Amino acid sequence: MAEEPNTQPSVSRKGFLKILGVGGAALAINRFAPVSKARAKPSVGSPALSTVPGVGPNSDVLIRMQDELLRALEKQPSERRWVMVIDLRKCIGCSACTIACVAENKLPPGVVYRPVMDQEIGTYPNVTRKFLPRPCMQCDIPPCVPVCPVNATYKNEEGVVVIDYDQCIGCRYCITACPYSARTFDFGELYTDGTAEVEGLIVGQKTADQYERAANFEYQEERERIGHNASPIGNVRKCHFCLHRLAEGMLPACTTTCVGRATFFGDANDPNSLVADLIASPNVMRLKEELGTEPRVYYLV
Amino acid sequence: MKNKTLIWIVALAGFIAGGYGLWDRLANGHVNAAYGSYVPWGLWVAEYTYFIGLSAGAFLLSTLVYVFNVRRLEKVGKLALLVALVTLFAAMFLIFLDLGHPERAWKLMFSTNFSSIMGWMIWLYTAYFILLLVEFWFALRGDLAEWSTRSALARFLTFGRRDTSAVALAADRRTLRTLGSIGVPLAIAFHGGVGALFGVLGSRPYWNSGLTPIVFLVGALLSGGALLTFVTALFDPNRGTEEHRDLVLFLGKIVLGLLAFDVLLEWADYSISYYASIPAHVDALRLVLFGPYWWVFWVVHLGLGVIIPAYLLIVGRRSLRNVAAAGFLIAVTFIAVRLNILIPALVTPELEGLEQAFSGPGLTFAYFPSLTEWLLGLWAASLAVLVFLAGLRWLPILTQPKEVA
Repeated sequence: MAEEPNTQPSVSRKGFLKILGVGGAALAINRFAPVSKARAKPSVGSPALSTVPGVGPNSDVLIRMQDELLRALEKQPSERRWVMVIDLRKCIGCSACTIACVAENKLPPGVVYRPVMDQEIGTYPNVTRKFLPRPCMQCDIPPCVPVCPVNATYKNEEGVVVIDYDQCIGCRYCITACPYSARTFDFGELYTDGTAEVEGLIVGQKTADQYERAANFEYQEERERIGHNASPIGNVRKCHFCLHRLAEGMLPACTTTCVGRATFFGDANDPNSLVADLIASPNVMRLKEELGTEPRVYYLV
Repeated sequence: MKNKTLIWIVALAGFIAGGYGLWDRLANGHVNAAYGSYVPWGLWVAEYTYFIGLSAGAFLLSTLVYVFNVRRLEKVGKLALLVALVTLFAAMFLIFLDLGHPERAWKLMFSTNFSSIMGWMIWLYTAYFILLLVEFWFALRGDLAEWSTRSALARFLTFGRRDTSAVALAADRRTLRTLGSIGVPLAIAFHGGVGALFGVLGSRPYWNSGLTPIVFLVGALLSGGALLTFVTALFDPNRGTEEHRDLVLFLGKIVLGLLAFDVLLEWADYSISYYASIPAHVDALRLVLFGPYWWVFWVVHLGLGVIIPAYLLIVGRRSLRNVAAAGFLIAVTFIAVRLNILIPALVTPELEGLEQAFSGPGLTFAYFPSLTEWLLGLWAASLAVLVFLAGLRWLPILTQPKEVA
């Protein structure tokens, strides 16, 4: 399973599924990826990859978006315009995206990139519910960026607001500046804190702790959770559109996990892309438009 | 000196008990703090704005002596500078330990982002700290030289400049005037900057006002002036003389004027927002007035920090004891004002239903400082008091000023 990413110009259906796969496969592949700062540099990209097997007029939106993703990765990073579209009419509030994100980025307790808000409308028993997933809006005019006293957070060349964990001093000014509460602070908590210390190969705190302390791969950097002070502990953290997955030709974890196909992701600079179509719909809205932050996350209502 | 001994004991007790908070912060990071991701700043940041306000206020009042030559306040000069210095220490300690990575604080200087108000702050604080130290030295130099014969510390601190001739003292005085003149815009910049740091955030309508930096400055003058009044009443060596009584009562009048102006600003701010009742603006204000911690505003701030001191300063204005008590009350309860600026803006959810969407430590909009926060806060305050008392004891702060033509 843990083989190096295929650099051959063609990709088999099986190979493609491997790329699409989540979790372990992604981590394993990433281990060999070159360390590059906060950008989706394609390590599998090549001209012949521009077609995903099975893509066609009637293919699943995930297949289409996957195909478009490979197309986008062939462009210069600055020519891509990553956007996310969330169809609120399709969202069933299952929170699979939230959990996929937690698993993908190995988020500790208290850190969340994409909560799904749940609103009850009406008076019991005549109620209905609506849901609103909230990733980082990746604003084009991000209020969080200018306030950072040490330039630790910035918009990268692809327009994603990223954090340099080694530069961040943990002052949390950006948290107060974000109108969407999209940034959370890593206090250094562990899910295994306070759990039973049973000895065993698959049970007990020490065993589970190893998994929790093992590195994650945000921004294509390997960072183990050690002690109380090693970044990203003591840093502010946020959604980054899974840049490390994009670099490997994979859609963000929330997008592939969405059971209702309510989350769309792609390059809005590609006029033939699904997201370019969707954001031109009349029923599109963005959160807190009045603040002038120009979010890159669109909602269909 | 019964009062002084009592303050030494209280400060030492606070320093020792508060040491647990310091230990917990250093050993366990931020895990035991009550602030989190939705309320990212808590008691330490509020206390930092409180102390930095005291420092700016005390410093600006010292310039009445060194820049504007207000003779009646001559004796307050050195005391004001000492207060400005020790409160700056406390503020810097707190904000340093509030960082997620204090060991990277140097990055603030070496990779400053000047589009961030916080980026500016580090430079302004550094400039202010240096200016304050130099000015303090010049204010003390003449007395240090006189003490040189009996104190090794004083002799060392003169750095060899022990000339106490009228010419040398007049030169000191001119330097003080220059330094103080630079200090006035600097103090306005850095404390107005603290206000601007909050005021510029469009995400927090409760802070986002042109009035915010002004409110911070007036608050600084009021709290700093009140503290100075109390300290002068308690520690001035001329206690019991008519001159001392005059001085304290005069300070009381200044404080009363500042109190009135501060209340006016508060009224303007609150009443305008409240009348307009735009939810994003007024939600935080409703929390201040009628939230779970309503008593912080009504009892601590309005009762103990405004009404009683105003009564003491108006009706009891001829009594030194009353004026000193008013100064003490205003200075101490001003932390309530700082908390009521900081916390309500943060505990007002930015998005409805966020708190219920995902749970975990720090993902809550309820905030009350934890034991660790209280204790570290106490530690920093006690540290400031101890350094102040040590300064009074070992430095020539409370000597008679030389008459200089």
